[in-house]
Amino acid sequence: MTPDLVGGLESPDYASHDRAAHEPYTPVFTGDVKRELDELLTRYPTKMATLLPALWLVQRERGWVSEEGMAEVAGLLDLTPAYVKGVVTFYTMYHQHPVGKYFIQVCTTSPCGICGAEDVVKAFVRHTNTGELGLTSPDGRFTVIEVECLGACGFATPVMVNEEFIESMTPDKVPELLARLP
Amino acid sequence: MGYPHHPHPRETTVLSKHFGEADARTLGGWKKRGGYKALEKALGMQPADIVNVVKESGLRGRGGAGFPTGLKWSFMKPGDGKPHYLCCNADESEPGTFKDRELMRWTPHALVEGCAIGAYAIGAETAYVYIRGEFTEPLHWMEQAVKEAYAAGILGKNAMGSGKRIDVHVHKGAGAYICGEETALMESLEGRRGNPRIKPPFPAVSGVFGMPTTINNVETLVAAAPILLNGADWYKKMSLSNPKSTGTKLFSVCGNVQRPGTYEVVMGFPFKEFLYDLCGGPLHGRKFKAVIPGGASVPIQTMEEAEATLMDYEGFVAGGSMLGSGGVIVIDDAQSMVTVIARIARFFAHESCGQCTQCREGTAWTTKILERIRDGEGTVEDLDTLLDIGEQMTGKTICVLSDSCAVPVVSGIKKFRGEFEALIQGRRFHPVTAAVA
Ligand SMILES: Cc1cc2nc3c(=O)[nH]c(=O)nc-3n(C[C@H](O)[C@H](O)[C@H](O)COP(=O)(O)O)c2cc1C
Ligand code: SF4
Ligand code: FES
Repeated sequence: MTPDLVGGLESPDYASHDRAAHEPYTPVFTGDVKRELDELLTRYPTKMATLLPALWLVQRERGWVSEEGMAEVAGLLDLTPAYVKGVVTFYTMYHQHPVGKYFIQVCTTSPCGICGAEDVVKAFVRHTNTGELGLTSPDGRFTVIEVECLGACGFATPVMVNEEFIESMTPDKVPELLARLP
Repeated sequence: MGYPHHPHPRETTVLSKHFGEADARTLGGWKKRGGYKALEKALGMQPADIVNVVKESGLRGRGGAGFPTGLKWSFMKPGDGKPHYLCCNADESEPGTFKDRELMRWTPHALVEGCAIGAYAIGAETAYVYIRGEFTEPLHWMEQAVKEAYAAGILGKNAMGSGKRIDVHVHKGAGAYICGEETALMESLEGRRGNPRIKPPFPAVSGVFGMPTTINNVETLVAAAPILLNGADWYKKMSLSNPKSTGTKLFSVCGNVQRPGTYEVVMGFPFKEFLYDLCGGPLHGRKFKAVIPGGASVPIQTMEEAEATLMDYEGFVAGGSMLGSGGVIVIDDAQSMVTVIARIARFFAHESCGQCTQCREGTAWTTKILERIRDGEGTVEDLDTLLDIGEQMTGKTICVLSDSCAVPVVSGIKKFRGEFEALIQGRRFHPVTAAVA
């Protein structure tokens, strides 16, 4: 773990996702977010190259990437919604559905697997009350999924809780971690 | 190594010297440690002379293939009137590999400096650092370092007062191992699905945005700075084995071992001493059984092979494997090789982009068969089927992800056949039941 890791990691607004799923769509790219996109556009020779960064902005603001979000991005970058959807579905990190307030990813690829990652996954599923991998707990707080190598294999088992990266997770540390989440 | 342990006295810390020093992450702290002297020197040289120094040093790509870096840089033709690009491959997703993460989160300015040197050497004004989306901490520090470098005039339209424009941009990936393949990375950077391209054309002719492009691994670019400062001879001399493998190499060690972490040793270091001395040997009461020394896509080594290996490009080949990315996965006698290999196959099946039949179908079939053997439902024919599929998956596809899946499977069956057969014959795998320290 990195005790001196300071703040500055922006967490997506997972809390608002349920509301967002039912209310009429309001554009993401207004005000400061639009200005962020405008700055991004100066970094690349094509508009299309800002597609992945733009989708990240949508997910940061809304907690997930809805069809309406894809259509908004498509309009801004002169792409078609179908094209954007084709790109979104290629990558694992864009949520195409709302997820729990805390989105928990546990690595189970072999190097972590041989250090006990399966037990860490089980502990998360049990203590979060999600019942099953990929489902959200009834209180809307947690979604737990297994992921492939997180690139921190020497710190088995690494876990991501939203944007926070946690190293050396063990089953007995799970309740303590969940308890400190607001 | 410095983090999470103190460097071992037998390590040679050139790139990892400042791991664990929080202060080294800031521009001030980095400059105090001699940072940006190499870039200053580079900007006073002709690009062709920089390429020659790197060529002379013997530096080879640290991303997996070991291609000579100076030679790669020399493919970029100056004065062709086209914009050139440098891509830094920080997608690090090869199971077992986590050295680039350490470089970026402890010494982000070292990579900014390496990118600037590389960009200048190949006639590029823009470098993109493609960092996998899961690396939130490295992303944070890299973005911070780039911001500081712009504010201090190190980057921008008059880099360090040289009159040259050098831009470095951090680009966040979104979850896809395949985007570490160089042409897939370029597709992804352009805002597309990460499907690898058919080669040729090679990136130096038509890379990102259709322009001449060089792509290098994080560690490769970070190594360029000390080479320029200290000279090619200094780098070349750091080799215990042969002149084809020079300098120091970061090895990230994981799995069933006392001290996992990132170690830096001189090329040619004896692997046996590395595993038992630097990494502290096996866990209490256990024995090492196998090693995958260069990330999940290289052949599995038996301990007999591993213990006779010298750690360099040629040494790992002589030892029945490959140096690959330097991700050392250590497996002990409490693990079932079938379980380990089945999970690796599942990884590749998950990460296949699906363009090529052999890969799309082959990775899935391989996983299915391995998992049924693991679950005690395999048949005697299954092993031959796996070897046959492995052959069909090799050398026939757009990129080598397909081959990468076959390699651990085929080598695993060849070297640990008994474990597969025992499960097929209905005997359960009995791990040793020793205490773990
Ligand atoms: C499926 C696949 C995944 C790869 N992943 C990475 C990676 O994560 N990081 C990396 O540096 N190279 C990766 N490579 C190798 C790159 O294609 C390329 O060879 C390398 O970035 C070149 O840099 P170098 O010459 O400095 O080693 C991968 C290759 C393949 C086929
Ligand atoms: S080998 Fe696999 S990953 Fe590579 S291009 Fe073909 S299908 Fe995609
Ligand atoms: S295998 Fe778990 S982080 Fe790499």
